[in-house]
Amino acid sequence: MVAQNVVFAILAVVMVAAAFRLVTTQNVVRAALFLAIVLAGAAALYILLAAEFVAWVQVLVYIGAVVVLLLFGVMLTRAPIGRDTDLDNDQRWLAALVALFLVAALSSVLVDAFGNDKVNAVTVQRTAAVSDSIFGAYVVPFEVSSVLLLAALVGAVALARRD
Amino acid sequence: MYLNQFLLLAAVIFCIGVYGVLARKNAVLVLMSIELMLNAVNINLIAFGAFRDNVIGQVFALFVITIAAAEVGVGLAIVLLIFRNRADIDLDHMDLMKG
Repeated sequence: MVAQNVVFAILAVVMVAAAFRLVTTQNVVRAALFLAIVLAGAAALYILLAAEFVAWVQVLVYIGAVVVLLLFGVMLTRAPIGRDTDLDNDQRWLAALVALFLVAALSSVLVDAFGNDKVNAVTVQRTAAVSDSIFGAYVVPFEVSSVLLLAALVGAVALARRD
Repeated sequence: MYLNQFLLLAAVIFCIGVYGVLARKNAVLVLMSIELMLNAVNINLIAFGAFRDNVIGQVFALFVITIAAAEVGVGLAIVLLIFRNRADIDLDHMDLMKG
C-alpha cells in the first residue's frame, strides 16, 4: 500500500504540473507534448487501479492517435513553431477565477461525500470480464458507438474535402 | 489508497482543462484542453470501478475514449475548414453569428 501511494504521489505531481504547463505554455507543439505526458500519467493511474486493458487502449488511442492528430492539426494550421505570445485571450483572470471556484466546490463536495472510503484490495479485472460486459449488457451502446464512429469518419471527410 | 485521492486529482485536472478552454484562443489548444477534461472524467470512472470492484467503470471509460476520438476527428476537420476559409484559427475573431 505504501508503494502504491508513493507511485500515486509521483504521478499526481507530474500530471498536474504537465496539465498546468499545457494551458500556460506559449508554444503549441510543446502543449501537445505536455498533453502526451498527462495522458501517459492517466494510463499509469489505470494500471495502478488494475484496469490494464483500458490503460493500453489509452496508450494506443490517445497517445498513439489523438496526440498525432492534434500535431497534424498544429502543422496544417501553420501555427508558428516556436514562441508565440498571442495564445491567450483577455479573460485569463476571469477564467482562472472560474477554475479555482470550480476546484474548491468540487473538492468540498468530494471530501464531504467520500471522506474515508478506501479502494482496498484492488483485484485485477480480467479483459475477458470487460469484453463479456461490453458484448453482454452493453452491446447496444457498443453498436451505437460504432455507427457514431462511422458518422464521424464520413463527416470529417466531408468537411475536409477540398471541393 | 483512498478513493478521494483519485477523485481530487481528477477534479484538479478537470479544472485546469476548464481554464484552458476559457483562456486559450487558439482552436487546437482548446481541443487539447477538452481532451484534458475528458481524461479527468475517465480517471473518475476507473476509480469508481475499482471502488465498486466491478468492470462497468472500465466499460464506460472505453466508451468515453471512443467518443473522444470521434470528437477530436470532427473538431480538427472543422478547425481545418475554418483555417482554409479565413486563414486564422483565432477564436476571438469568430463572431460571424454575433447579433
